[in-house]
Amino acid sequence: MPDELATRVIAVIARMQKLPVESITLDQTFAELNIDSLDGINIMFEVENEFGVDIPDEDAKSIRTVRQMAEGIEKLLSMKQTQ
Amino acid sequence: MRRVAVTGIGVVSAFGDTFGEFWTGVAQGASAIRPMTSVPTGSLRFPNAAEAAAFVPARYFDEKEIVYLDRFAQFAAVAAREALVSAGLRAPLGDRAAIVTGCCTGGQSTEDENFLALYAGNQRVSPVTIPRVMGNAGASRISLEFGITGPVYTISTACSSSNHAIGQAFWMVRNGAVDIALAGGSEAPFSLGFLKSWEAMRIVAPDTCRPFSLDRRGLILGEGAAMVVLEPLEAARARGAQIWGEIAGFGMSSDAHHLTQPLAAGAARAMRAALADAAAPPEAVGYINAHGTGTTSNDATETEAIRDVFGVHTARLLVSSTKSMHGHALGAAGALEAAATLAAIRGGIIPPTANFNQPDPACDLDVVPNHPRSAEVEWAMSNSFAFGGLNAVLVLRRA
Repeated sequence: MPDELATRVIAVIARMQKLPVESITLDQTFAELNIDSLDGINIMFEVENEFGVDIPDEDAKSIRTVRQMAEGIEKLLSMKQTQ
Repeated sequence: MRRVAVTGIGVVSAFGDTFGEFWTGVAQGASAIRPMTSVPTGSLRFPNAAEAAAFVPARYFDEKEIVYLDRFAQFAAVAAREALVSAGLRAPLGDRAAIVTGCCTGGQSTEDENFLALYAGNQRVSPVTIPRVMGNAGASRISLEFGITGPVYTISTACSSSNHAIGQAFWMVRNGAVDIALAGGSEAPFSLGFLKSWEAMRIVAPDTCRPFSLDRRGLILGEGAAMVVLEPLEAARARGAQIWGEIAGFGMSSDAHHLTQPLAAGAARAMRAALADAAAPPEAVGYINAHGTGTTSNDATETEAIRDVFGVHTARLLVSSTKSMHGHALGAAGALEAAATLAAIRGGIIPPTANFNQPDPACDLDVVPNHPRSAEVEWAMSNSFAFGGLNAVLVLRRA
C-alpha cells in the first residue's frame, strides 16, 4: 500500500476523532481508537469524500481496523482506474 | 383508576387510506414495500420503500386547505377522521377531549422545497412554511376540525414518538384528566435530502426489510399515520361503542448509553415498566409486536431484552415485526403497530414477520415467519425503541 494513501486515511481519522495524527497506526483497531459504530460511518463518509470513492454498505460492516479501511480504499481506487 | 378502551382506529399506510386495507394486508403477511416513486432514486443505494402511493390529497381536502397542510399533517387528519367515525363520535368534542400525536420530522419536505428554492436564488420563503413544518401541525388540524379544546400536543422522540403519544393519552384518560383522547402519529419522510441522510447511516436495506432473519440488511422506510380513540371502558360500554381492546399499560425508559446504538437493558426496563403499569405478569403476554427494524443491531438487542424480561416464558411468546410489511414509519411506527396489535388480539390472528429467510441464532424467538398464525391472545405488548436511546412500550389487552 502506498504510504501516501495510508497517511491520508490516518489524517481523516485523526481529524474526525480529534486525535493527534502520530497517535494513530495502521494496525490499530477501531475499538482501540474508541471509534464506535456512529463514529465509524462518519469516518467512512469523510474517507469517501477524500478519495472520491463509494464504500458499499456490506464492505463497511466488516471494516474493523485502520489497515482494513486503507486496503479497502486501495482496492476501490484500483477498480476505479480499471473502469 | 379507570380502564381505557380503544373505540376507534384510523390508518393511512402503504396498503391504502383505511384501517381495513392496512389490516387486510398485514394479517395476510403481504408486504407493501415497492420501488419508490415520490423521489428520484438514481443516486440512492436503496430503491424501495413503503409509500402511501394511493393517497390523493384532493380526495380529503379542498385546494385551499392543502396549501396549509404538509403531507404528514394530511395523513394525521385523515387517520383521525376514520378513527372518530368508527368510534361513532362527532364534532365538537370540547374541552374534555385531548389529542396527543407523535412525529419525528414534521413537515420536512415542505422545508426542503422552500429552502431549496431559497438557496437556488429565490429571495423569498413562503409564509406558510412555518405552519406547515411545525411538528404539531397534524394535532392542531385535528383540533380545529373536531372542536377538541382540551390538552393538545405533539411528542417527538424519533421512532418512539407515537408510542409515547399513545401512552400519555392513555394515562390522561385513565386518571380522569380527560374523557376522550385521540392518539397516534404520522410521518411523511420522503424527500431526497432526508433519504440521503438515511443512506449515510448505512442501515437501510437495498432489498427489503427482513426482521430477525440472518440475511437481514437493514430497515425500509415507510410513511403514513395511525390514530386511536381512547375512552374509559365503562363509558364506552355504556354508550354501546365498538371496543377494539384496551390500552392496559405504558412504560418508558432512556438508555443513557449511545446516540444510535441500542442497549438491551434500557429496552428491558421499558418493557418491565409497561407490565408493571398494566399490573400484568410477564407470563400473561402471548404476543409482542416487536420494534423489529431489520437492522443487525436492533433485532439482536431486542431479542436479548425480551429474553431478559420474559425468561423461560420467551419460548411460548409469538413475536413478529409488522415493519416487514408497512415499513418503518418512524414517528408513526408505534401507532401503526398498536393498530395491528389491537386487530391481532381481537381477531385471534397474529400477523407474521414477512420476508423471513433464515433463522439467526442471535434472534432465537418464534418470529411467526412469513405466515399468519391463529392464536388466542389476551395480553400483547408493542415495542418502540428510538435513536437517542428512548424506549416506549405499550401493553394491550383483548376486550
